[in-house]
Amino acid sequence: MSAKGADNAADNVAHNAADNAQIGGGALGIAPAVGAWVVRAPALALRDVSFTYGPGAPAVLSDVSIEVATGSITAVLGSNGSGKTTLLRLLLGLLKPTTGTVEVEGRPQHDYSRRDLSRRVGLVPQSEPVAFELSVLEFALLGRAPHLGLLDQPGPADRALAIEALDRVGLTALQHRAVPTLSGGEAQLATIARALVQQSVILLSDEPTSHLDPANTRLVLDVLRMLGREGRTVVFTTHDPNLAAAIADQVVLLKQGRVLAAASTAEVLTTERLSATYGMGIEVIQLRGRPLVVPHS
Amino acid sequence: MSAERRGCDERRASRRLWAIAGLLFVCALVSAALGRYPGPFLTPPAALFHDELARNLILNLRVPRILAALLLGATLGGSGAVLQMVFRNPLVDSGFLGVSPGAAFGASLAIVFLGGAPAAVQGSAAAFALLGMAASYLIAQRIRFGDWVLRLVLAGIIVSATLSSATGALKYLADPLKQLPDITFWMLGGLWAITWRDVLHIAPVVLPCLVVLHLMRWRLNVLSLRDETAFSLGVAPGRERLVIVVVAVAATAAVVSKAGQIGWVGLIVPHIARRLVGSDARRALPASMLLGTIFVLACDDVARTLLNGEIPLGLLTSFVGALFFLGVVLRRQAAVRS
Repeated sequence: MSAKGADNAADNVAHNAADNAQIGGGALGIAPAVGAWVVRAPALALRDVSFTYGPGAPAVLSDVSIEVATGSITAVLGSNGSGKTTLLRLLLGLLKPTTGTVEVEGRPQHDYSRRDLSRRVGLVPQSEPVAFELSVLEFALLGRAPHLGLLDQPGPADRALAIEALDRVGLTALQHRAVPTLSGGEAQLATIARALVQQSVILLSDEPTSHLDPANTRLVLDVLRMLGREGRTVVFTTHDPNLAAAIADQVVLLKQGRVLAAASTAEVLTTERLSATYGMGIEVIQLRGRPLVVPHS
Repeated sequence: MSAERRGCDERRASRRLWAIAGLLFVCALVSAALGRYPGPFLTPPAALFHDELARNLILNLRVPRILAALLLGATLGGSGAVLQMVFRNPLVDSGFLGVSPGAAFGASLAIVFLGGAPAAVQGSAAAFALLGMAASYLIAQRIRFGDWVLRLVLAGIIVSATLSSATGALKYLADPLKQLPDITFWMLGGLWAITWRDVLHIAPVVLPCLVVLHLMRWRLNVLSLRDETAFSLGVAPGRERLVIVVVAVAATAAVVSKAGQIGWVGLIVPHIARRLVGSDARRALPASMLLGTIFVLACDDVARTLLNGEIPLGLLTSFVGALFFLGVVLRRQAAVRS
């Protein structure tokens, strides 16, 4: 968000943030960050971040400054090639900014060890091709990796967490099925379950529904909404404005690596902004209190 | 439906793992009794007490050979499973990354230029197996496209082709009456020359490597994910994969230096293991090690007892492995059609 937008958003979710520890519930509940001041800080922040993939290469992101309020659901919206995935990889720590800084819960990202960072920030990738046919339960259990040493094996407590996570996303009945035999939506839910087992408070998701049919899309969105209600911070990328409209509290609108707007969903998803971003006639209407984006024929 | 396809009930998979371990125990006992003295195929247990030659044969030839087969099979099966998971490719084995071509080149070099003494051949084979892997790694680091796995695959192909060509040149230079047969025989692979001393040479390298791989078995599941996902789970995918590959290759180099090229074990055994106990490396890795030992032991039993002369072990493992692989491929095709 812009600084102002972030403040507003932070106010909106302040009650969630303060109660983080209680809201999650169960063993998979959100672990409170250390120190009250951290709870007040935005979950994620990019400050004057630019990124290029190599010397002389064009900038993929330029002067990006956004804040993501704790406990909010934020959509990073833009057309193909706008820099959404790069932004997500920067938030994940997979890429280092060429200039500027990334902050996680008020601390510079580079202050975290990789393991500590993965306990705070989890990833739900666009798709997760699994080379070997792990069962759904074995796959979800991989989320314990940040909590286990190099030579450790997961124990009964880890297994119980995985079973609980599968229950949360509605995959208990499929726990012995091989992951490659799942439908697209079920596979995405299994990936979300793995992120729950990881117990990260921030969830990054890259185009979570891009290859799913409407029924599976709804399944995944319901789970993401549930996570948002529980106080987890969710950031997802999408090229579909209606997906952003469906569940996001805030939207970051990207075009050619620059932030065009970053504010509440209603503020960003306007006819003028979207028409300018996508270079085509777009109308935004209200349906059941949510914006609905309709392209002109 | 195989355990691999439906995922795997853990208790059933564990029972199967124990059954495989039991089968290995039986195979080892039977192998000790198999031979061509005093008569073909079976040596009666009583001969251990009454026949000094039989006792010597069993204790000083068969037992070290069985132990070498156990180390060889566990290493090839285990490292095959490890490499397949680390490279996220079920068609990879320890012949990958320039390891086997490196060992073949090292052995040929020692035969042609270093007099062909066994110690020189084994040392040179092990050294070039490791060098083959190191060269693959260094080249992979200089490739500027694709993810780490793709870069390493491409580098492995380049190094393997180069070393195979160099081995061909050595064969061309070799004395056709003495050196060339030695090279050919080494490449066919076998355990006919194994002694207690050989077992004691390779065991201190192989056993710690196998223990490390076994301890890291669950981590292999994480490393079989894409780099981005593994990173998000707190893993350093490049560094951890490298450690595991070096350990697997070190063990392979040690056994290959003594046994020559034994093909297909590392490729097919992990497939069988996954079908029996599922794909979770917590069970698939030990199952691959155990099944690798059973496979090598069985092939070696046939190699030394079927005929009056020795059948090269590598020839048998390749033949059986290729037949099995054909079965797997045809069965998959049928499954797709039906």
